[in-house]
Amino acid sequence: MEVSLYPGCSLHGLARAYNESIEAVSKTLGVELRELDDWTCCGSSSAHVTSDKLAVALAARNLGIADKVGMDLVVPCAACYQRLKTAEKHLKQGKPVEGLSIKYEGNFHIKPMPDFLWENVGEKALREQVKKPLKVLNPVCYYGCLTVRPPKVTDAKNPEDPQGMDNVLRSLGAKVRNWSFKTDCCGGNLALTRPDLHMKLAQRILDMAEEAGADCIAVACPMCHDNLDSKQKEISIEAGKSYNIPIFYFTELMGLAFNDPAVETWLGRHTVDPRPLLRQRELI
Amino acid sequence: MANQKTEEYPVIGLQGASCTGRSVSVLNSSFRKQVEEKSGEKVSACYQCEKCTNGCPVEFAMDIVPHKLIYCVQLGLRDEVLNSDTIWVCASCETCTTRCPNGIDIAHIMDSLRQISQSEGIKASQEQVPIFHNAFLSSVRRFGRVHEGEMAAIYTLRSSGLKGLMGMAGMGLDMFKKGKVKILPHRPNKQVKDIFRAAERKG
Repeated sequence: MEVSLYPGCSLHGLARAYNESIEAVSKTLGVELRELDDWTCCGSSSAHVTSDKLAVALAARNLGIADKVGMDLVVPCAACYQRLKTAEKHLKQGKPVEGLSIKYEGNFHIKPMPDFLWENVGEKALREQVKKPLKVLNPVCYYGCLTVRPPKVTDAKNPEDPQGMDNVLRSLGAKVRNWSFKTDCCGGNLALTRPDLHMKLAQRILDMAEEAGADCIAVACPMCHDNLDSKQKEISIEAGKSYNIPIFYFTELMGLAFNDPAVETWLGRHTVDPRPLLRQRELI
Repeated sequence: MANQKTEEYPVIGLQGASCTGRSVSVLNSSFRKQVEEKSGEKVSACYQCEKCTNGCPVEFAMDIVPHKLIYCVQLGLRDEVLNSDTIWVCASCETCTTRCPNGIDIAHIMDSLRQISQSEGIKASQEQVPIFHNAFLSSVRRFGRVHEGEMAAIYTLRSSGLKGLMGMAGMGLDMFKKGKVKILPHRPNKQVKDIFRAAERKG
């Protein structure tokens, strides 16, 4: 199976472990991810705050490239996904794009990474690769805001209770916990500008994961990961309560179940080290 | 003008907001019309059900909570709205937009209000927020893709000065050791530069 990939800026920096684990598991599954040639930033949250036209045009440029290739486009970042989907709706209505001339037919789907793996690669192919079932792991899945909201843009089937990542991790044997904070905001947009607010929101998510009986949180977005992983020490000081909850990219857990030799390299890039938990559960 | 009839519209339900305790002498629809035109959203369709506020994860940090902000726009309370903390602490999570029973894209209205506020040169109540967005976009403009390290450094320098930047050094080094820092930026992209120029021309 061959698809286009729009990695987004963070996968080449902050979210290197996500990029590495995506590459490894797709290779195992026989999926060819073709990175869009000469892709550029989708504009993220900063463009739509500044100018609607800028926001649409920056994202649309990448859809023009994907259109030429003509294959479905997989997106591993929530914000990139939502910005590309916003541009898609704009283009499909035949509206012009300022400052950019592109040909767009739109004969391809844009998909978040978990939905692609579950719906296109499928349960059977995933199960076939499991060498080490994750039966002793109790994750909750955190989807964040922008793969689901707003559904008129994202086409999310179940915006208040998405299932893609839950399904993928269950097929690896993990005891995925139910909780009601799957799509609650972590304040990622405010991480640099109002870290106080961001940490309050992140703490709420960590608390609720704990309350749901989870021993770790799985995410499918570079920002979700950084926002939950990198500030736990500061949150602990602020709250007077210790937080040390491993935050996994869900593709890292796939690599773990597939017994990929590079798992520990990816996990070594985290702020909260997940390796003690995995050693204790005899998964590494 | 002695013969002009003025009506008093009490600003109900705004206790605790910056527009508390006063009444609006004339309902002024020009601001509402400006916001509706810019956003394409029907502000007047709001009937104050408060669903947006109840789902908002940062309403505790807002001076005018979302449904009241929309009410302020309906009433034409331009200064209160454009000077509010609300438009800059909104996290753009889009919960309000998703849940509004009248299909109002409230998060988009927040964007439009930020854009109006910036184009009119109003000082943002949270000055660092537009500084962040400018640092982000200038990185995209220069390199086609955002260079996280450069963007964070420029933002920190502009918002908290050299001292702030020095304070960030430890964190930067730690991230570098974990392989999370991309050293070189991407190459400039002519199409991206053209897009920025067009957006500046047309607003």
